[in-house]
Amino acid sequence: MKSLVCLKQVPDTETQIKVNADGSGIVTDGIKYVINPYDEFSVEEALKLKEKFKAGEVVVLSIGPDRCVEAIRTALAMGADRGVHVCDEAVNNGDPFVMAQTLAAASGNIEYDIIFCGHRAIDDDFAETGAMLAELLKIPQITLVTKIEVSADKKTITCERDIEGGKETVESPLPCVVSSQKGLNEPRYASLPGIMKAKKKPVDKKTVADLGLTPDAKLVSKNFSMPGSRQAGQKFEGMEPQEVAKTVVQALRSEAKVI
Amino acid sequence: MSKVLIYAEIKAGKIKKSAFELASEGRKLADALGGDLGGILIGSGVESFGPELAKFGVDTVYVAEAPELENYNSEYFAQALAQAITQTSPEIVLITHTMQGKDLAPRTAAKLGAAVMADCVSFRLEGSTLIGKRPMFAGKCFAECSATASPQIATARPNVLEVVENAKAGVISKIAFTPDTSRSTYVTKELNLDTSGKVDLTEAEIIISGGRGMGGSDYSLLEEMAAIFGPRATVGASRAAVDAGWRKHSDQVGQTGKTVTPNLYIACGISGSIQHLAGMGSSKVIVAINKDPEAPIFTKADYGIVGDLFKVLPEFNNELKAILAE
Repeated sequence: MKSLVCLKQVPDTETQIKVNADGSGIVTDGIKYVINPYDEFSVEEALKLKEKFKAGEVVVLSIGPDRCVEAIRTALAMGADRGVHVCDEAVNNGDPFVMAQTLAAASGNIEYDIIFCGHRAIDDDFAETGAMLAELLKIPQITLVTKIEVSADKKTITCERDIEGGKETVESPLPCVVSSQKGLNEPRYASLPGIMKAKKKPVDKKTVADLGLTPDAKLVSKNFSMPGSRQAGQKFEGMEPQEVAKTVVQALRSEAKVI
Repeated sequence: MSKVLIYAEIKAGKIKKSAFELASEGRKLADALGGDLGGILIGSGVESFGPELAKFGVDTVYVAEAPELENYNSEYFAQALAQAITQTSPEIVLITHTMQGKDLAPRTAAKLGAAVMADCVSFRLEGSTLIGKRPMFAGKCFAECSATASPQIATARPNVLEVVENAKAGVISKIAFTPDTSRSTYVTKELNLDTSGKVDLTEAEIIISGGRGMGGSDYSLLEEMAAIFGPRATVGASRAAVDAGWRKHSDQVGQTGKTVTPNLYIACGISGSIQHLAGMGSSKVIVAINKDPEAPIFTKADYGIVGDLFKVLPEFNNELKAILAE
């Protein structure tokens, strides 16, 4: 089973985000970067498929500045076979369309039975790239997937996916784009031998020119701002449960007017 | 021809409230641009929802029906929506940022060579340019987004935009849609819908969430409170509770779960990690119940109760029952 895993490097969820002085973006100094958590599920699932079929390849594809190679190496240490790193100012901070366009162009030189994307990246939170990539490649998308089964002939996939208020089971021809949701699996940790091996695995660096791509931006993000600061309100300490419950419930009705 | 087109989502034979939120917002934008508001219904036997859309300001209700549209399908719905957009050439298209909207909007946009201003919490116009304000990093910051492609497509976060009645004609206009079945897509084999009528976290008006302080998978006090509030309320959880296996992944609120904006968020036994606070910090009113007076959740809470949740919650439920019965 050959899997192409699209992976984004994002600020760790512990990061305190600060907007820069001119509001053009966030302050990046001192940020610790990790693999987007949803992409870790993708790496794990691709590794499982390769193990199940006892053959195949897991290729990790990432777009971003030089630091992204750390995220690719982490995936290689988990067990992925090789990496492709598109590193070009023209696309490193692209909008979802540019990302999808770049992934589509880069995927042209890679053999795959399935493509994995995280269902969203926890930095810009667009949750669009996977579906756009599927459309640009004219293949099906199955988003928010929590369970995967691939047929023995690797022609069909059956997925369980989250829908509002329940689950949907779908069957799709391969190749398709699957977007990973929490619950799909528990990603493995990289082992020490895995980390050693990862250093020798190939990571192919590409520019936009190498891909013959003209990025076509569709969105502009500006005027970054911090959320309105929320003041701590009333705090009730040392009161009897009945008394405090009554006070707060009444305040919710007469003061906050939400019940 | 409509200046603004909204996609009205239908779930389990009902038009969603979020469709009225979009219609109300779309009406404002269409008026400001000096044009008509269109609403599109996609499915099988959906024309009957037209009058409901008209009530909230829709001038023309476009209807795309086909047997292939019986169940939601990414490819066929995106084809139908893209065709409706091409035929009616709106300047602005609004979709709700629901699970379906997140699946549909980007695929439709890609067909049209556009991208989506996703998960917007407010809109404004600069001339004829739509500016959507949207959270990033699960709400740790916001940015203003605009589109350089046409049409300008945005998804709006559910439960944020105001619903305003404004009756219009709602003239039905059929879109002759035949799906292109040469494009491969998936087939739905099974739908397992929660029949309890429980509202999704992202659309709930009231969320009662439990964290590590719950001490186990018994959430009956929280479920009881949700039942007292009725169908607009639901139960959520922190990552600690989900990772402990006490609650389903789909219940998780926070940066690696769902970002929510209910009118009322009640955090029970949740200390308030930075990821959790990002995910629920935009709630209109926050109540926190926690034993630890130093818990970070108290810095965000409008009403903070320092105490044992297992003693406070039963009393809280009694008081709620009494006040809601009034």
